[in-house]
Amino acid sequence: MLQQIEGSAAVAQAVATCRPEVIAAYPITPQTHIVEGLGDMVKRGLVGNCQFLNVESEFGAMSVCIGSSATGARTYTATSSQGMLFMMEAVYNASGMGLPIVMTVGNRAIGPPINIWNDWSDSMAARDAAWIQLFVEDNQQAADVHVQAFRLAEAASLPVMVCMDGFILTHAYTRVDVPEQAQVDSFLPVFEPRQLLDPAAPITMGAMVGPEAFAEVRFLAHYKQLEALDLIPRHAAEFEAIFDRDSGGLLKSFDAEDKDTVVVSMGSVIGTLKSVLTDMRQDGSSIGLLSIRSYRPFPKQQLSDALANARRVIVFEKCLAVGMGGILAADVRMALANLSIPIYSVIGGLGGRPITQDNLRRMLDKGVQDQLEEPHFHDLNVEVVHRELERLRDIQRPGSSAESILRDIAGADAAARGSR
Amino acid sequence: MTKVPDSEQRVKFYQTGTFTVGNRLLDEAQRTVQASVERANSLDSGHRACQGCGEALGARYVVDAALRAADDQLIAANATGCLEVFTTPYPESAWRLPWIHSLFGNAPAVGAGIAAALRARGREDVRVIAQGGDGGTTDIGMGCLSGVFERNDDVLYVCYNNQAYMNTGVQRSSQTPPAARTATTTVAGSEPGNELNSGKSVPLIAMAHGIPYVATASVNDLHDLEYKVVKAMGFRGARYLEVFVPCPLGWGSRPADTIKVARLATQCGMFPLIEAEYGELTAVTRIRDRRPVEEYLKLQRRFAHVFAPENAHQLEALREIAERNIRRFNLLPNEEAAP
Repeated sequence: MLQQIEGSAAVAQAVATCRPEVIAAYPITPQTHIVEGLGDMVKRGLVGNCQFLNVESEFGAMSVCIGSSATGARTYTATSSQGMLFMMEAVYNASGMGLPIVMTVGNRAIGPPINIWNDWSDSMAARDAAWIQLFVEDNQQAADVHVQAFRLAEAASLPVMVCMDGFILTHAYTRVDVPEQAQVDSFLPVFEPRQLLDPAAPITMGAMVGPEAFAEVRFLAHYKQLEALDLIPRHAAEFEAIFDRDSGGLLKSFDAEDKDTVVVSMGSVIGTLKSVLTDMRQDGSSIGLLSIRSYRPFPKQQLSDALANARRVIVFEKCLAVGMGGILAADVRMALANLSIPIYSVIGGLGGRPITQDNLRRMLDKGVQDQLEEPHFHDLNVEVVHRELERLRDIQRPGSSAESILRDIAGADAAARGSR
Repeated sequence: MTKVPDSEQRVKFYQTGTFTVGNRLLDEAQRTVQASVERANSLDSGHRACQGCGEALGARYVVDAALRAADDQLIAANATGCLEVFTTPYPESAWRLPWIHSLFGNAPAVGAGIAAALRARGREDVRVIAQGGDGGTTDIGMGCLSGVFERNDDVLYVCYNNQAYMNTGVQRSSQTPPAARTATTTVAGSEPGNELNSGKSVPLIAMAHGIPYVATASVNDLHDLEYKVVKAMGFRGARYLEVFVPCPLGWGSRPADTIKVARLATQCGMFPLIEAEYGELTAVTRIRDRRPVEEYLKLQRRFAHVFAPENAHQLEALREIAERNIRRFNLLPNEEAAP
């Protein structure tokens, strides 16, 4: 049903149509509205016999999910940022046990400096946790991909994270065609696990595995993710047949075919990029866009095929491997190892720094002329950085820079006001 | 104690020298679960616990009794630790009930998840037990444990307390007694062993949550242990049982002395046996044959240094703990005093 609705509320309604049986909720901005919405629906009796647990921490949340999923209940939770880090031990545990839990990540920066705004540091911290990670571009996809996520998790026996940009999507009111119950029921079968904790057929789960078998267990986790490369597009096609909407899939090309320059990115910035690139094409640039929708498993072959004719690739991402550079860029480079074209890494939007059409255009105008340094820090205030480095040169003692950067910016603002 | 209803056996029989109720002398209905050939034997033979392991003994009695109380409809969640490691060296498993090990600090929450799934699926006839050692329960698992308590999740949590991190090689936990030697509280310096005035009572913390049932038990009185498990299973909601389980390896006691050490701990007042319902103390096991603290300590090398003249204050501090327990829980026989 078409609604003008907050992204979090749309996700809550979509998750409710998936008939979850256990939901563990712990508040952390910006995912909180999702579990608030679900808690309210459960309390009103709109989600069957679903159990909604207000747990004591994110570690507790994922642990409750592990217990309930292992007992055969369809299980959901959501988190962001520090919450992801706090539950991390259980995040690895859920995937290691093959438990098909679905978790929304309202993507948010990781501190310190403490910061509640959007980037992808939280999802990237869990990049190697053997969860499937699906990124969404807008709130329609956010709602739709959750329905696909339960199907995928249960088909692949792997947990799935649906990664949606915090605030930019979670708190945005847009038009969303929220999945209808009857349609979801025809797409998503009843959850019937291969094994579960049941006194009628006792099993031991979570046994110790030594060097003689650990490598094989890890290989199979990798193998199952590669199998998901087939499942994800198949589910997206089935979804489209029922819902008549293109959501999900491995990646999506927006006029990327046969373009000299292709920008590769994920999430909500795809929308902004689409409109900038339309302008640039009108101004004569040969430039297109590729959106990675499945980050784990990473569609290496599909990406390589899609970029076979590109002359340069610009990877834009909201995360940073400190001491190395772009994280998505490293994946793209590995996927394109057979192509001898320049691949530029651009890191921007960290901690919610606004990504505007103007600043993207300035960066891309340099990019199409091969003028980006490696890696390029998008919209970085170089003067502030230089001044802090200058101050640190005289102080040979360890300490934090966050406070002195803020003092510097406040001082510069005051000076600007004084000179006016 | 009112473990035998008044209408039944008023005369109690005790085995000579132990003050343990003789099983054969009890009514059939009162006999221990382990006396029955139909016992579940949930923790099967062939596991890899050390000789004289108090935890293996305690766990078998606890889970068998819980199975009987639940008509075999029971699922167990287990914290990482000795109990997990010695029972499940893959592909072997000593467990004969549905059993899951997830992490060190999350067994209470995993248990809560299992209980929630059973409720969602209309299978509340299936009961849930979660268990771990003192490290997994009272240190790293404390947050999840408190969460289960305050939400009153339908989980019986059992802590097998051997007073240190034994699986990793005997490091101090919050349950390590003052002055005790561990690998991280060595016998060195002017205050050898563990710090005085440290540690905490998790049964009292559990009581502060107002949960339906809290009890302590010891492997020296297995009949009492079974009784408390069965009683705990009679409640719905969060329940906490702490079982005193000597560790010969970590305590430096003889494997053959496990029961003797456990008995002396209760007889000297170092480990009080109590029961509480909804936050109120309802019963204590009175000390019938009080023994000096020294007798308990002398069987364990972890306390050897407290008998050196220069450490007399440590011995005094341990005596003081026993005295305080005896006063606080009214542990001495006194017919007039209410429990």
